[in-house]
Amino acid sequence: MDLHNSPAFTRRSFLTSGLTLASTAWTIPAFLGSSADAMAKMLGAGLSSTPGVDEDRILVVIQLSGGNDGLNTVIPYGMGEYYKARAGIGVKADQVLKLSGADGVGLHPRMTALKELFDEGMLSVVQGVGYPNPNRSHFKSMDIWHTADTDATGDGWLGRYYDSECCGYGKGESGQAEKNDKPASVDPAISIGRNAPLALQGRSAKPVAFESAELFRWSGEDIHEALREPYHDLNRRGSVEGSEGGNTNADFLMRTALDAQISSEKIRKAVAQKPLVAYPGNELGRQLQMVGSMIRAGLKTRVYYVTLGGFDTHSGQGGAQGRHGNLLANFADSLRAFYKDLKAQSNDTRVLTVTFSEFGRRVSQNASGGTDHGTAAPMFVCGPMVRPGVIGDHPSLTDLDQGDLKYRIDFRSVYAGVLEQWLQADSKKVLGGTYKPVVVMKG
Amino acid sequence: MPDAPASPAADAKPGTQSFRTTPATGTPATRESIISASMAPISAKDFGYDQARHLLWRAGFGGTPQQIQTLASWGPTKAVEYILDPGNAPADKPGADTFDKNIMREPSAEERAAYQKARQSQDEDALAKFRVEQQRRQGQDRQQIGEIQRWWLKRMIETARPLEEKMTLFWHGHFATSYRTIENSYHMFIQNELFRTHALGNFGNLMYGIIRDPAMLKYLNNDTSRKGKANENLAREIMELFSLGIGGYSENDIKEGARALTGYTFKDDAFEFQKNNHDASGKTIFGRTGNFDGDGFVKIILEQPGVAKFITRKLYHYFCADLPPLERASYDELPRHQQTVLRDLASTFSGGRYEIKPVLRRLFLSQHFYDKHIMNEQIKSPTQLVVGAVRSLNTPVRDLSILNDALDLMGQNLLMPPSVKGWDGGRSWINTSTVFVRQNILAFLLTGKKPRGYDANADEMKYDPMPLLEELAKASPGNEKDPAAVADYLLRLTLGSAPEAAKNELVSLSKTTSGSVTRELVIGYLLLITAMPEYQLC
Repeated sequence: MDLHNSPAFTRRSFLTSGLTLASTAWTIPAFLGSSADAMAKMLGAGLSSTPGVDEDRILVVIQLSGGNDGLNTVIPYGMGEYYKARAGIGVKADQVLKLSGADGVGLHPRMTALKELFDEGMLSVVQGVGYPNPNRSHFKSMDIWHTADTDATGDGWLGRYYDSECCGYGKGESGQAEKNDKPASVDPAISIGRNAPLALQGRSAKPVAFESAELFRWSGEDIHEALREPYHDLNRRGSVEGSEGGNTNADFLMRTALDAQISSEKIRKAVAQKPLVAYPGNELGRQLQMVGSMIRAGLKTRVYYVTLGGFDTHSGQGGAQGRHGNLLANFADSLRAFYKDLKAQSNDTRVLTVTFSEFGRRVSQNASGGTDHGTAAPMFVCGPMVRPGVIGDHPSLTDLDQGDLKYRIDFRSVYAGVLEQWLQADSKKVLGGTYKPVVVMKG
Repeated sequence: MPDAPASPAADAKPGTQSFRTTPATGTPATRESIISASMAPISAKDFGYDQARHLLWRAGFGGTPQQIQTLASWGPTKAVEYILDPGNAPADKPGADTFDKNIMREPSAEERAAYQKARQSQDEDALAKFRVEQQRRQGQDRQQIGEIQRWWLKRMIETARPLEEKMTLFWHGHFATSYRTIENSYHMFIQNELFRTHALGNFGNLMYGIIRDPAMLKYLNNDTSRKGKANENLAREIMELFSLGIGGYSENDIKEGARALTGYTFKDDAFEFQKNNHDASGKTIFGRTGNFDGDGFVKIILEQPGVAKFITRKLYHYFCADLPPLERASYDELPRHQQTVLRDLASTFSGGRYEIKPVLRRLFLSQHFYDKHIMNEQIKSPTQLVVGAVRSLNTPVRDLSILNDALDLMGQNLLMPPSVKGWDGGRSWINTSTVFVRQNILAFLLTGKKPRGYDANADEMKYDPMPLLEELAKASPGNEKDPAAVADYLLRLTLGSAPEAAKNELVSLSKTTSGSVTRELVIGYLLLITAMPEYQLC
């Protein structure tokens, strides 16, 4: 398509600029893709994807913050100790949603939507996921999951994935691609939230984060309408005044400002679309709806990150009904709607969703009808391409470590599976160690 | 195209090293040849408004129009001396009881015994109580680290000694230690005070201080390093990141240095040397043999010529112009003009026995520092952006929590640097997300406008920008009523230059006030200016 007639470039400066993509691409750090083709595609409307094409694969991470009670999520109703330890909050066996092929474990009754995904062969439940010497601090354990390092140091695991596999933009300090001949073919990771999680931070990978698309813009516009036009003029000089070829910090800032204007416009336009299906009105549903819209709009982002909080249930968490059950229902209903939307877009086979929490909770309930910080917990991997079913055995409820579950699968083995089998990346390089990949994808 | 001559600064004459044969076309190779490498002092006649403004921004957090005029009238020597030593300006040391040191204190012997007993008897109720108590203390400590962040931010905004705070921030990024790892807010406070004490003092003293600093000892695991089981983390980083740079030492120096540091730990909030855990046998470090302890190790490091080169390189990157880190470009790979300047600074630093002030004085007075390619070409760190905006425009502070959150969103969460390497700085601050946060936090300071709605106190805390125009009125009476003159003046104040196109955009706004210069118009100007890409530079 003709760049200069595209809607994003209607300001007069662009009509006279003679923007040369070849010269801008290697220094533009983010949303402006690498090639004229990518650029045109990005700016175009109604793009459809090509299912099955490797580079179009998308990973969505759902973080359940606060420490989700794994034992009341995937419930070991076949183990008598479960009911002994949880006289008040245990979910009765006849209420548990039984999973075919899984002995003695089932889903919390509020997760009927997740059960549907399971029955349709779109859900993989990985049991007893954790790591050695578990840390029970929210802060620290979250960092451990984000860095894939039990010392919780270094960059995020997905940031490192971007660094090693995608590269090509925002090379750290220089803001330049490491190799000019290998320009960016992907957009940066997007996190819905007030700031980008550590997991997405790489040495060169710089994620984009916004709570809502309306916040991914200049708030000064709201102060007086007369500010709008001069603002846009001043921030869209990135291709004029000779800055497209220049390499001063001023040139770099001009280009990034232009880039931000275009991404902002594009993302806000994307999420303004009416979704193809109805999403539940909860926090996660709202976020996944945005992700669904961005996928539908053809953004070339490989990793999206969303978060549902409130899982730190020290008191009054409830059993089959109640607070924790509500959270699980929000999670399950939102995920179900997300895949319905993706299916309606014909994008479902491109999208894998992985769910985790920083830790599970203790086996025994406490005196306040809640549970304290614990250790291992299940993870969910979802999408039409997953190897469906239950992976691994449920941790023992008798062989405990100071009242906590002993993990059976290292979370980095799950990461390795996702990296190797879905993102087709070298998990050793990304994780900085060898972890036997859990088989999460279909053959 | 001639290369910049690499002649030593001694025979440099003002202006002789500039080859402005062609306009800057942008590529580093061509730009370097036109940047002055002269370390000779800038003459009083070349030091005007723009230079004083530049000095205030780089050696501090920017200045008001009055401060700029004052420094400009003083001339370079007096201005730089004042920046280095503001004389009677209050230092207002925080009291020892500013923050609670007991939140994360080590358990007492009795508490430890009770815990052991509970573990042995598998008393789940008692263990649960310990766990809950631990979580409560961690929560309280996270509250306190937030208080310390806000305290420091406020200090930077209010201080009469901006260079001292700016150097404290430099050392924090240099000896980067993160609260996220050590989880003891009081130790972060103690370390912050260590950096402030030595901010403009002697680098050697800071090195002896850092190997006694509880936060650092914990962060780099030296607190558990003992004879026979030496932990090499601190020994490695003290050379690689803190003093010599990569390649300036051998793996053997690390091993031997680690042994020298065994037994260097802390108890409660103070350094403790545990003689029994110290490896007192002989070591060979940089070819020298002796029974070195931690101080002996540091002393030998400080004898290496690489220290002055490495530290001045980082100071140059922080105050003057972007440099790639050492692992990406050796000294020989840098542009010639920078090699010249760095050699000069390193020799000043080692000649002055690692005193900080002489190096900064030399830099802040040099012609190189005021070269037009150096001025207005540094990307403001998030702290520089926020603190600088409040200080130079005199906006209300409004809400320290919001400012502190914004620093985090912009990638500079104080006291929580991303790794022991600190912040990369430069272009790494800027991406499509942070661009909007940067614009929006300025809109917040100017008007109280938040991305959604307004600050609750926006009505009471109205910003009055009109005093900014007083210097304009003084210089050319009547101009403070002319929208074009005001636009020109404000652009020069905030950006260091007044591009014609920007001026026209601003002036177009004056039709909303029928051409009169009102408070609203000036705020409108400032909203637009601070949202310009150029505002991210200083």
